[in-house]
Amino acid sequence: MAGELVLLDFWPSPFGMRSRIALAEKGIPYEYREEDLRNKSDLLLQMNPVHKKIPVLIHNGKPVCESVIQVQYIDEVWHDKAPLIPSDPYQRAVARFWVDFIDKKIYELGSKIWKTKGEEQANAKKEFIECLKLLEGELGDKTYFGGESLGYVDVALVPFYSWFYAYEKCGDFSIEAECPKMIAWVKRCMQKESVAKSLPDQEKVYEFILQLKKVFGSE
Amino acid sequence: MAVVKLFGAWLSPYVYKVIWALKLKGIPYEYIEEDLSNKSPLLLQYNPIHKKVPVLVHDGKPICESIVILRYIDEIWPQNPLLPADPHERAVALFWIKFADDKSPFISKLYRTDGEEQQVAAKECFEMLEVIEGHALVGEKKFFGGDEINMVDIAFCSVAHWLGVIEGFTGLKIFEPHKFPRLNSWIQNFKSIPVIKDNLPDTDKMSAVLKRRREMLLASKSS
Repeated sequence: MAGELVLLDFWPSPFGMRSRIALAEKGIPYEYREEDLRNKSDLLLQMNPVHKKIPVLIHNGKPVCESVIQVQYIDEVWHDKAPLIPSDPYQRAVARFWVDFIDKKIYELGSKIWKTKGEEQANAKKEFIECLKLLEGELGDKTYFGGESLGYVDVALVPFYSWFYAYEKCGDFSIEAECPKMIAWVKRCMQKESVAKSLPDQEKVYEFILQLKKVFGSE
Repeated sequence: MAVVKLFGAWLSPYVYKVIWALKLKGIPYEYIEEDLSNKSPLLLQYNPIHKKVPVLVHDGKPICESIVILRYIDEIWPQNPLLPADPHERAVALFWIKFADDKSPFISKLYRTDGEEQQVAAKECFEMLEVIEGHALVGEKKFFGGDEINMVDIAFCSVAHWLGVIEGFTGLKIFEPHKFPRLNSWIQNFKSIPVIKDNLPDTDKMSAVLKRRREMLLASKSS
């Protein structure tokens, strides 16, 4: 069932982190391959010809692209350990709705925070906090979005925590001050080895962003 | 017996995706037409985050976002399955469904914009068609789902019907049959399926309404 499993990834990618967490939660061994995005490997271009992006999960030579699809695939194939996606169809639909919400909002708004200035940045910050507050509402009093154990929404969202410090420095604001429940949830997640080992150091991510800003000319 | 309600708008391709899924599986439902310029309190209650259609309400519980709704329908009513059973084949289908979902909004941008913005949308649409022609439809398949349509076919419906109508009144020419032969065959095949053919918005009505919407949008931009 395990077969050969390779993850083509890039260390600061929150999307790659999702698959890393899912695989770690289930204790599945795999080969991690770091891609140089300025010099993409032939394997990456062959396995994801449409988008040429990471992460790509290759299982027995067959590619699975898109991080949310990878997490679902991992959960389906290795269903006997640490289930991430709810078994009830309605709860599943709710979880998918929130993962879709995270995908539509968090990355784009976060990107605007570090890439832009002035009014555009201010609007992005405002909307970003509003989105986190909506997610706090969905979390409620639960330990995790998945209830007592890590679930699909947790895996989809927690990687962005590694970028929070960069967002805060670039945007000159405190996410914890605005969304304390969110940070409390993050800290609970970070106590799990699968999460702690899959997320890079926030300072490293900030340094990486500073390099990107130079390239984009916004410094 | 559980009641199924669908909140929709007659012009929206996202709504038709749900209608087709329900009809393909033979599920009776009550349809509620929403006036999107004057949304009902019920819609806003059921979809407070996005305030959009479609919303499916099953047994009083709302489900929002068309693809989330389609997957829910496919799981609750497994007859005439809309996704492959094999995990890898399903992952591939979901990849194309996401691609369709991410790129289809550029089709509506064609009528909502002009000038450079419209040109960017036109380029995105053309590239989307190239990818479908070159990557998604290879292998002499009649449909994305093989011999029968599945969720991927449904996901690409804007290409099959809405694009042509919008090209008509904007004067854009993005899809040309000789440039996209596989896609052309697929469009003919898709629109011949009885459930699809009998449940498509009227092209003249669509043209008139979208043209008017375009005029209002562009006028409000310049004022």
